[in-house]
Amino acid sequence: MSLLRYAGRRLLLMVIVMAGVLIITFIISHMVPGDPLVANLGQSAMSNPDIVAKYEQRWGLDKSLPEQFFLYVRNLFQGDMGTSIRTKQPVVEDLAKYFPATIEMATLATIISVVLGMLFGVLSAARRNSALDQGLRVVSLIGISLPAFWLALLLLYLFYFHLGIAPGSGRVGLNFIGYNAPTGFIIIDSLLAGDFALLKDGLAHMILPAVVLAASTMGLMTRTVRSSMLDVMGQDYLRTARAKGLNERQVMTGHAVKNGLIPSVTMFGLSYSSLLGGTVLVETIFDYPGLGWYAYRSATTLDFPAIMGGTLLIALINCVMTLIVDLVYALIDPRIRY
Amino acid sequence: MSRSAKVWRFVRKYPLAVLGALICLVFFVVAILAPAVATQDPFAQDLTARYAAPSSQHYFGTDNFGRDIFSRVVYGTRISMPAGFLVVIFSCIFGGIYGAIAGYFGKALDEVMMRIADIVMSFPSLVLAMALGAVFGKTMFNTIMIIVLVWWPKYARMMRGLVLTVRETEYVTSAVVLGERRMTILLRTIIPNCVAPLLVMASADLGAAILMFSGLGFLGMGVAPPAPEWGAMVSDGAAVLKSWWVSFFPGIAIFTVSVAFNFIGDALRDIMDPKLRNLD
Repeated sequence: MSLLRYAGRRLLLMVIVMAGVLIITFIISHMVPGDPLVANLGQSAMSNPDIVAKYEQRWGLDKSLPEQFFLYVRNLFQGDMGTSIRTKQPVVEDLAKYFPATIEMATLATIISVVLGMLFGVLSAARRNSALDQGLRVVSLIGISLPAFWLALLLLYLFYFHLGIAPGSGRVGLNFIGYNAPTGFIIIDSLLAGDFALLKDGLAHMILPAVVLAASTMGLMTRTVRSSMLDVMGQDYLRTARAKGLNERQVMTGHAVKNGLIPSVTMFGLSYSSLLGGTVLVETIFDYPGLGWYAYRSATTLDFPAIMGGTLLIALINCVMTLIVDLVYALIDPRIRY
Repeated sequence: MSRSAKVWRFVRKYPLAVLGALICLVFFVVAILAPAVATQDPFAQDLTARYAAPSSQHYFGTDNFGRDIFSRVVYGTRISMPAGFLVVIFSCIFGGIYGAIAGYFGKALDEVMMRIADIVMSFPSLVLAMALGAVFGKTMFNTIMIIVLVWWPKYARMMRGLVLTVRETEYVTSAVVLGERRMTILLRTIIPNCVAPLLVMASADLGAAILMFSGLGFLGMGVAPPAPEWGAMVSDGAAVLKSWWVSFFPGIAIFTVSVAFNFIGDALRDIMDPKLRNLD
């Protein structure tokens, strides 16, 4: 199968899965116990017959379920995910406001976990069964096993409460509140404004949550890289490389690492999207106003349109991520065409 | 080689797995003997002793209501350990059967079934669990079933992959030649040959299941208070960093159980992986 046909097939599959995602979010929105009107509009808006009538018309509540689903999808395509009960804002606007913070933090977490994970994984495989390998095994398994919410509290206690070298919760310190944010990404905004104090403050607020988020992915990454490296090291072409007279370092860097890291591409893509979804606990504890924080607030206040909007956004990103990973994989490794 | 020499060799080769197994054993015993291990009633409030620091009287200190945290952590084993096992067992059974059917019958059925699994997998599990929790309400059973609902697809994928390999083996072909019914072949010949790797994955997953369960508890979406659920107990201390013991000890419990299961799972994966066997 040519790469183009493969890409086309993957794209089609992604569209099918996305349609399924929409069906599920639609079903959950309709499974709400009690009156779905109350769940989606909130108690206060219920007393206003105008709002109720408008809502019923917009979502076609007097029509059949398939028609309602059609309206749901049409509204989505027009960027309408409903109105948040809690913030009274359109959910799409809320998501646009909170998402950049999460992207920044998840990206930082991904960088930390990928760099450390690859380093640890390659070292572990190269020095298999040594004390170093055993030590890194323990470190990565601890990383996987630490409850994120507990690690977050420990770090806050140590670096903020006890040592006082890290800022507390939030995205920026008190004196930066209300800074000019044209893009929503604090790194870009501060650079645009040339405000390095803001940049430093923003990064300082980001580092602890990112470390917490990175811990478990780092562990998984280390284990995956180690096992795929070991896989490669059993191959005949490495014996050939050694027989040619290359020293161990040349064999590792020139032959083993290149091939051994291919499976990590999958890990990389999947971990990025799982990080995006995993921000709920971390953002809640650090009071970091991102998507996870928004989802948590929405869930505790039973703000249904908001939580379904957040769920849908992350699910759709996952679909796109999976597609990208598959395509990159196929580009790197020509044997993959299925 | 004598039996004790064999055991010793295993301990030397997989020290972490042995450590993990010992830790699990301790937690099992504590769960069974909780009333004997606990020093006080886990629900008894003592408002004169709120936020008491750890002492000989309260090994792990007391919480907001003056309840003895040590006794609550001890009783917590009776919530988190069964929850972790039930999540994994249910996911394993459902996902396993699902994946086996998809893999064995193949073709269009396989396509449809695996796309459904893909759809469920593309949801962020914790966020989806929160949304479902809002719909169904908080009981231990609901929390477990909600996690199963977002957890089964990876078992389905794994089982499908295994069945695809086993399906092509000669002993399956000979069963076909002997005229066995397809359902009999699937149940009697194929599934038994796929169970071992699936169980390895399940054991490695126990730690993650307990983390997920306590994570929901921490967010207040798990078992309702005043149950001594570890995640909820950590959250009790989140606002009082000064009284570090309120969060610290329940968190240590979650971490210890989860790391013990991961030690065991990691060694099992090594033992089961034929590629690694060739290297030694």
